[in-house]
Amino acid sequence: MSAAAPLNVPPEQEPSPGFAVRLGAAQRAGGLIVPVLTAVLAFLAGGIVVAATGHNPWTAYKGIWDGAGFDWLFHIPWDTNTTHLSAFNLSQTLLTTTTLILVGLAVAFPFRCGLFNIGGQGQYLVGLIVANWVGVDFASWPTLPHVLLGIGAATVAGAVWAGIAGFLKAATGAHEVISTIMLNWIAIWGGQYLFGQGGPLQNTYNPAAPESGTIAPSAHIPVFWGSPVLQGLDYGFFVALAALVVFWLLLNRTTLGYEVRAVGYNPEAAAYGGIDVKRKYIEAMAISGAFAGLAGALDMLGYLFQFGVLDVQASQIGFLGIAVALLGRNTAIGTGIAAFLFGGLLYGTTRGLNPNVFDPSLAGNLTSMIQGLIVLFVGADIFILYLWNARRKLRLRRRAAATT
Amino acid sequence: MTNHAQALRPETRFGLSPKVVAVLGCALGLAAFWSAIPPFTARSLLVPVAIGVLALAAGIWAVSRGVRRVGWGAVASGILGLGLGVLATRSSSANLEVVFRADLIAQVLVFATPLTFGALGGMVSERSGVVNVGLEGMMLMGAFWGVYGADKGGSWAVGLLAAVVAGGLLALVHAYWSVHLRADQIVSGMAINFLALGITGYFFEQLYGNQNIPAGVSTIPNVAIPGIDHLAFLGPAIGDLNLLIWIGIAFVPLSYIVLFKTSIGLRVRACGEHPRAADTVGINVYAVRYAAVVVSGMLAALGGAFLSIGFGGGSFTENMTEGRGFIALAAMIFGNWRPFGAWGAALLFGFSTALAFRLPVYSGSAATLFQALPYVLTLIAVAGLIGRSVPPAADGRPYTKQ
Repeated sequence: MSAAAPLNVPPEQEPSPGFAVRLGAAQRAGGLIVPVLTAVLAFLAGGIVVAATGHNPWTAYKGIWDGAGFDWLFHIPWDTNTTHLSAFNLSQTLLTTTTLILVGLAVAFPFRCGLFNIGGQGQYLVGLIVANWVGVDFASWPTLPHVLLGIGAATVAGAVWAGIAGFLKAATGAHEVISTIMLNWIAIWGGQYLFGQGGPLQNTYNPAAPESGTIAPSAHIPVFWGSPVLQGLDYGFFVALAALVVFWLLLNRTTLGYEVRAVGYNPEAAAYGGIDVKRKYIEAMAISGAFAGLAGALDMLGYLFQFGVLDVQASQIGFLGIAVALLGRNTAIGTGIAAFLFGGLLYGTTRGLNPNVFDPSLAGNLTSMIQGLIVLFVGADIFILYLWNARRKLRLRRRAAATT
Repeated sequence: MTNHAQALRPETRFGLSPKVVAVLGCALGLAAFWSAIPPFTARSLLVPVAIGVLALAAGIWAVSRGVRRVGWGAVASGILGLGLGVLATRSSSANLEVVFRADLIAQVLVFATPLTFGALGGMVSERSGVVNVGLEGMMLMGAFWGVYGADKGGSWAVGLLAAVVAGGLLALVHAYWSVHLRADQIVSGMAINFLALGITGYFFEQLYGNQNIPAGVSTIPNVAIPGIDHLAFLGPAIGDLNLLIWIGIAFVPLSYIVLFKTSIGLRVRACGEHPRAADTVGINVYAVRYAAVVVSGMLAALGGAFLSIGFGGGSFTENMTEGRGFIALAAMIFGNWRPFGAWGAALLFGFSTALAFRLPVYSGSAATLFQALPYVLTLIAVAGLIGRSVPPAADGRPYTKQ
C-alpha cells in the first residue's frame, strides 16, 4: 500500500494509511464496512470448507438462503400465506430473530459498561424455566394477565441471575466472565433437575418422560402470522423490536445509560467523576439478564410451550448472542440486523433447509463455524481500531515534537 | 535471618504448622465420610461425627492462625464429611455397596483425567498471561482428530499425535489472536470454542456421515499393574487403569517442577506476572506466550483424546466434550492456578460426577442436581469466600513491546 503513497507527502511523515487503517477510519465514521466485511469473510471461509469437502458452496448457500425464507423478500407481490414454503420459512426465521435480538442485547448492554456477559445462555434458561412454571401453574388466570405475569417473572428472574455475577463483581471483584460461565452451567444442570424425572417442574401426565409440563392456553402469546398450531410468528416479535428501542433509549437518552457508557470507556475516570462504578456493574448486568430472561419467556410462551431435559442440553441459542452483539457492534440497530442474519442462518441451516440440496447435519455445523469465524474476525478488528488510534497518536506526537 | 523474619514464621503446635494441620483437617473430613462407607461401613453415628468434629476443630484452629484458604477447606470438608457420613449410616448397607465399591476410585480417576489435562493446559497458558476460555474447543479438537487418527492411522499412538497436532493448531490461532493481534482474549477464546464445535461436527458428518466411527478402532490400552491388579481393594481401584490416566497423573508433578523449579517455568511465570520486567531482562515475551498457549492446546487435546479413544472406547459424538473444558477451567481457578491445586479440584469434580452417576439408587433428581456442585464451588471460590483465587497479575493483558 505504501508504494502508492501520494508524491506530495513529505518522507518524514507517516506512509499513506494502509488497508487496515482505512478500515479503521471507516469504522470510526460509523460505517457498515467492517461488520459487512467480517460477515463476508466468514461466509467465504465457510464456503471454502464446503468446496474443499466436495460440495458446491453456491448451491449450499442458495439452499440456506431459501431455507431461511430470504427468497420471499424478492418475490413481489409478497404472498403472506404461510402454507407456502418461503413465507413459512421467513416466519420461522423471524421467530428465531426474536430470540436472537434479545440474547444479543443481553451481551451488548454490559459490553457498553465494559463487562463481557457470557451468561446469556444461563439467563435465557432461567427465564424459560420461570415462564414455564408460571405458564403451567397459574392456569386459572385470564390470558393477558397470565402472559404478562409470565413475561414479568421471567424477566425479573433473568435479571436476578445475571445480577449475581454483577454483584460478585462489585462486591468481591470476581471476574464476570468466570462467574457467568459458572452460572450458565448451574442453570443448565438446574434445568435438567427441574424438568427431569422426579423434578419439581416435571409434567404430571407422563412420569416416564423427562419433560416439563405444557403451559396453559391462557399463557400463550397470540400469533399474528401463520397458524397457532404450526409455530406461527407471535406478538413477541414486536416485544423484541420494542426492546431494541428501549435499549437505545436507555443507553443514549438516560442518566443511567450515560453512566454505563462512562464506566465502559474508563472506570477510573467515571469513578473520579462521581459515578458509583460498582452500582453500575450490578445494574448493567441486571438489565442484561432482563433481556435474556425476556427472550426465554417469549420463546416459552410464544411457541415452545414445554421443554425437556434433552432440550436443555441441546440449547445453544444464548451463546449466539455473543456473535450477534459483536457483529452488531453492540448498538441497537446493529444487533437487530445481526440477529436477522443469524436468525436466517440458524433456521436456514436446520429445519428450513431442504435435505436434498445440502445435508442439514453439515449445514448446522457450518453455522457454528461461521459463528466462530465472525467472532474471531470481530476480535481482530478491535485491534485494527487500536492500531489506527495508536498510529494517530504517534503521528500527533511526532508532529508535536516537530513543531517544538 | 533477622528477628523480623523469625517473627513472621508461622506458629506451630505439636510440631505441626497451621497449614499442615489444615491439610490434615481436610483429610479427616474425608475420613469422616470414609468411615461410614465400604469397606469400613461404620454403622454407628458416633464414628463419622467424632472424626468430622475433629476435622472441624483442625480447620477452625488453622483459620485462627491465618491459614484461611486451606483452613476453610478443612472446615467445609469436616461439615461435608460429617453430614454425608451421618447420611451414610442411615442408609442401607446394600445401597452403600452399590455406590461405594472400590471401582469408584477408578471411576473418579476416569472422570478427573480430561479435567486434569484441561486444567493443566489452562494453567500453563494463563501462567504466561494468556486467558484461555477456548479449552473446551481445543479438547473437542483432540477428541475428534484423536479418533480420526486412530481410525485412519491404525494405531492409538497416531491418534494421540493427531489430537495433539489439532489441539496445538487451534491453540496457535488463539495465540496469534491474543499475542500478535492483541485481540480480546476472551472473545478469541469463545470464537475458538464455536469454531471447534463447527469444525469437528462438520468433519465428523463429512467423513463418517450417518454411520458412527467403525467398531474396533485402536484405543489407548489399560495398564495392568502386576501384583496389584488382583488385590482385593487396590485391584479394582487402581490395578487396571488407562495409560492416559497415569500420564495425566504424572503430568501433575511434572508441570509443577517445570513451572516452579526450572528457569523455563520462571520465564513463563514472569511473562504472566510482569511482562515488561520479563522483557527488560531479555525474555522474549511473545515467544514464551506463543509456546505456552500451544502447549496448553496440546494438553487440552490429550484430555479430549481420552474421551474418544481412551475411556470412550473409540467413539465420537458431536459436542462430545459437553462443557468439560469449562469444568477444567473451573478446576484451574479452584486450584488457584497451581498444578496440585488444579489436580485436587479435578479429582473433587471427578468425584462429584462419578458419585452423580451412582446416586440414582437413592434419588435420580438429586443426582442431577449434584452435577452442578463443581460450578457452585467455583463460584464460591472466585467470590473469595474460601480465600481469594488470585490469577497471575498480567493474565488477559496483551503485551506491547516498546
